[in-house]
Amino acid sequence: MHHPQVLRSQMRWECHGGQEESKQEQIYVGRSLMGPPTPFTLMPMPGVPITHTQQPYVTGTSVLGLIYEGGVLIAADTAGSYGSTTRFKSVERMKAVSNNTLLGASGEISDFQAITQLLDRLIVADAMWDDGNDLGPLDIHNYLTRVMYNRRNKFDPLWNTLILGGVKNGVKHLGSVSMIGVHYVDNHIATGFGIHLAQPIFREEWKENMTLEEGTRLLEKALLVLFYRDRSAINKIQVANVTEDGVHISQPYALKSEWNLEAFKNPTASAAGSW
Amino acid sequence: MTKSNVMEVPPKGGFTFDLCRRNTMLQQQGAKLPKFRKTGTTIVGLIFKDGVILGADTRATEGEIVCDKNCEKIHYLAPNISCCGAGTAADTENVTDMVSSQLVLHRYATGRESRVVTALTMLKSHLFRYQGQVSAALVLGGVDVTGPHLHAVYPHGSTDTLPFATMGSGSLAAMSVFESRYKENLTKEEGMEIVSAAICAGIFNDLGSGSNVDLCIITKARKEYLRNYQQPNPRSYSRSKGYDFKIGHTAVLSTKITQLRQHVQVLEGDAMEEE
Repeated sequence: MHHPQVLRSQMRWECHGGQEESKQEQIYVGRSLMGPPTPFTLMPMPGVPITHTQQPYVTGTSVLGLIYEGGVLIAADTAGSYGSTTRFKSVERMKAVSNNTLLGASGEISDFQAITQLLDRLIVADAMWDDGNDLGPLDIHNYLTRVMYNRRNKFDPLWNTLILGGVKNGVKHLGSVSMIGVHYVDNHIATGFGIHLAQPIFREEWKENMTLEEGTRLLEKALLVLFYRDRSAINKIQVANVTEDGVHISQPYALKSEWNLEAFKNPTASAAGSW
Repeated sequence: MTKSNVMEVPPKGGFTFDLCRRNTMLQQQGAKLPKFRKTGTTIVGLIFKDGVILGADTRATEGEIVCDKNCEKIHYLAPNISCCGAGTAADTENVTDMVSSQLVLHRYATGRESRVVTALTMLKSHLFRYQGQVSAALVLGGVDVTGPHLHAVYPHGSTDTLPFATMGSGSLAAMSVFESRYKENLTKEEGMEIVSAAICAGIFNDLGSGSNVDLCIITKARKEYLRNYQQPNPRSYSRSKGYDFKIGHTAVLSTKITQLRQHVQVLEGDAMEEE
């Protein structure tokens, strides 16, 4: 009885008009920087379970967002970590989805790129209807919730926590969707480490109808704390401003950080053996 | 290794782990280990111009249940030194009591006021000897002849010497407040304000922390222990008439009185006195 693998590689050989194809279509043992060797199959084999995404590789850290009087402000740093190293320092983790919606993502960068491509197709298809009504931030939020939840049900998640913000017809929207499909809407949102470090600040200091100035300062305050205390954060951030008129993502810039506290200069002068 | 019938006593302190295998076997067979009382906690310390301010929340948890709504997490070590404790309540209580006793004897031996590094060294050598099995994470602060000192002590015995420190499950929420507001040379009022804001951030944003804020302000002159300095979680409803129910509130449908004296026989000794 022919092994199914052998049959298929034979077929490919025939399609290529006789060229030698010496690829082994057996089980690969893949090595990743971040775990034990995992077997994966390029095609289903009897007796071996199909495995999908088990862990993220290149990841982005927290994304923060808040609603102010003119619209929505979303900020993130531009780091792409590969396990414990900062591999990429100029990753754009926020993308304008349409004229009035912005998507920011933490987690696996490749999945974020796949989602932006998916949304591009969605927006183009919607524009082609040319019916005078475009998808707004709430619609895209709901769409992404369905996408994420259905992927999770297939045990093949898109490993991201997404932040969706936008304004349509004067209504401001800011919401979050996680990799298992948990979604909610709020006046201020944070993902990843931002939940623990930035949300307490937002809950204390956010208020209705902040100006652009106040909103940006609050975001920068939280981002500075994240730079101090999140090991995968870097001091290179972008802030995006979404209003009814359009989406504007700033150029990357750095925050002013304070490292010269007197007490850090010679901490163990009085306590030998500690640091 | 030769097996002996007598269990060997460990040389000088430290745990023996002889029964661990038997315990895991029993657990696998269904025996339940007792839940220990943890102080899932927010504890903080901060150095200001004239001394040290320590702060703590007051919630103690046993698994998912709050077992003590108003426990004391700021422990006494010496007239000029105090210590906040997070982790297993029994461990923090006993280790601070033990070091407090050792400090008294040390004061008698030296004839001087205790120094913070003495307490630090006693704590860290005890914790290191128990290799992290004594689950006590402490924020140790005090003022001695060499000035104000603040240290963070971890369960495995390492220490940090810092101008501001947070520990416990609410440490990230509290640290976000400290990192955004700490400056050098704070006054006492500013320091108290920042410490209580940090503890409140832990209380409202962390599930393991709650109830009230305790403060302890240590300066060269004296130590002020402000128990329940803030009570931001009052009982929101209490019956305005109080809970005094007079006889007659509940209708009595029938009465049956059984004299127990008939059923009790005194075989030996004296009958109990009637009262």
